[in-house]
Amino acid sequence: MNELLANVDWYEIWLATLETFLMLGGSLIFTILLGLPLGVLLFLTGPKQLFDQKGLYSILSLVTNILRSLPFIILLIVMIPITVMITGTSLGVAGAIPPLVVGATPFFARLVETALREVDRGIIEATQAMGATTKQIIISALLPEARPGILAAITVTAITLVSYTAMAGVVGAGGLGDLAIRFGYQRFQTDVMVVTVVLLLVLVQVLQMVGDRLVVHYSRK
Amino acid sequence: MIEFFEVHKAYQLGKKSVTALQTTSLQIPTGQIYGLIGHSGAGKSTLMRLINRLEEPSAGRIEVDGLDITQLDAEGLRNFRRRVGMIFQHFNLLTSRSVADNVALPLRLAGELSKQAINKKVSDLLARVGLENHAKKYPAQLSGGEKQRVGIARALATDPTILLCDEATSALDPQTTGQVLELLAEINRELGLTLVLITHEMDVVRRICDQVAVMDGGVIVEQGKVADVFLHPQHPTTKRFVYEAEQVDENERVQNLAEVEGRILHLTFQGQATYEPLLARVAYQTGIEFSILSGRIDRIRNEPYGQLTVAFKGERLEEAMQMLQAAEVHLEELRHE
Ligand SMILES: Nc1ncnc2c1ncn2[C@@H]1O[C@H](COP(=O)(O)OP(=O)(O)OP(=O)(O)O)[C@@H](O)[C@H]1O
Ligand SMILES: [Mg+2]
Repeated sequence: MNELLANVDWYEIWLATLETFLMLGGSLIFTILLGLPLGVLLFLTGPKQLFDQKGLYSILSLVTNILRSLPFIILLIVMIPITVMITGTSLGVAGAIPPLVVGATPFFARLVETALREVDRGIIEATQAMGATTKQIIISALLPEARPGILAAITVTAITLVSYTAMAGVVGAGGLGDLAIRFGYQRFQTDVMVVTVVLLLVLVQVLQMVGDRLVVHYSRK
Repeated sequence: MIEFFEVHKAYQLGKKSVTALQTTSLQIPTGQIYGLIGHSGAGKSTLMRLINRLEEPSAGRIEVDGLDITQLDAEGLRNFRRRVGMIFQHFNLLTSRSVADNVALPLRLAGELSKQAINKKVSDLLARVGLENHAKKYPAQLSGGEKQRVGIARALATDPTILLCDEATSALDPQTTGQVLELLAEINRELGLTLVLITHEMDVVRRICDQVAVMDGGVIVEQGKVADVFLHPQHPTTKRFVYEAEQVDENERVQNLAEVEGRILHLTFQGQATYEPLLARVAYQTGIEFSILSGRIDRIRNEPYGQLTVAFKGERLEEAMQMLQAAEVHLEELRHE
């Protein structure tokens, strides 16, 4: 066993795992905080929706699409000056979180928009007929009704972020993906690569399972 | 009282404008069950949704108990909407909330009652619609009839004076439809709510409505007391609905008559006259003979009525007809001798 995994430094792996968790957790929180309101705004200003605003919707939609069409690796590099402005460094976990958030937020916002569109119009109408304000409609009807869809969106986004964190290694962010590239790929330490990849796989599996469970739990259909 | 003053509604579809409601004036008296019947696309939902301003009128004025609702600002409109309950064909319950939470929602949104007061009110409402044992369930765990009862309880939560029912029974089987209609009639009776009720079925109108408006192509083509409209339909659309309800085929009716001798009359009785032995009495006194070709005795809301197609023979037929007319039987000549 030790023979097979001769190059594996478990302490290093532990640190890298921790870094991945930090990057994932940090970026996911900010992605949700920014992406959820953006998704709601995209939905509300969309055609025939509560706040149908053609101009605003087109602008939001365009910005979202531009950010989504940018390859993440390019975003990482383009973002460096901005990242330094926000966090004071472009390195390490702190340096990775801004580009991760900017990369994932538009993606998540679109998923939220789609989840909200799935909500039966009749339910919005019924809530309107009760005399609800737009804010009440969003908080008391739209978001709870779209909860399974939003939870699924968070799951997909978290998993996407896992693969982004691996690329963030390029700017010296650390983490499991970085370890896989630096040792496994560049130094031909296949055992390190296998261990990190297995750990990433386990992480993705666990995220998917937890996400699915939550979706089922909150689906009352 | 709900009043429409020359209300017009057109939808804007891109550059095209589609008229859904032609200029319409209308009065719905307080405490009545007012039926709206018409084929698909006739403009029934549009008319109804103007009442709680889910749709804005393109022209005209709508007053509810003297309040011009077209002039209300956002807050005024929200307060007004609490006085107007609405139930839907597909129930439109929140799937993420339990039955009790669905019923509580309008009260929470209004934000006037304490939590305990809301809970108390919700259990009262659920008891009224017969769902006291289903409070913790989710809508997906209920049958269609039960879902509509939740919808009714929810619509009643803010003590409205008007209840709008857009095809509330169209998704239900006949027996459940009967139960839901019974519940609606009971609510109208006990709480004095004005009900506006959209349906495709004349039978629904016959069972619970006081008045009815028949719509076609965005126009109210006929309106009045249900008994009058039902028993003496004037407009072709109304006739179609009535014959559909009675399952009468107009062509068949005329064909069958060809084999019978005598003068054929269509007799309509209403109220007390329905149960009196009028025909026998008239036959006895005038010596005419009659044979009944088809007939139906039923009720409109709670008033009995009868419709008979009868072939008459005899010398003193004119006299007999006068006697029937004197007894308030409506006569329609289907075939002269
Ligand atoms: N939001 C809308 N935008 C454009 N046109 C509409 C809209 N709602 C209704 N219409 C049109 O207005 C007309 C009347 O529609 P309405 O929904 O009032 O009919 P209805 O009598 O309720 O029909 P149904 O029995 O099928 O419910 C139809 O021609 C319909 O296509
Ligand atoms: Mg309709």
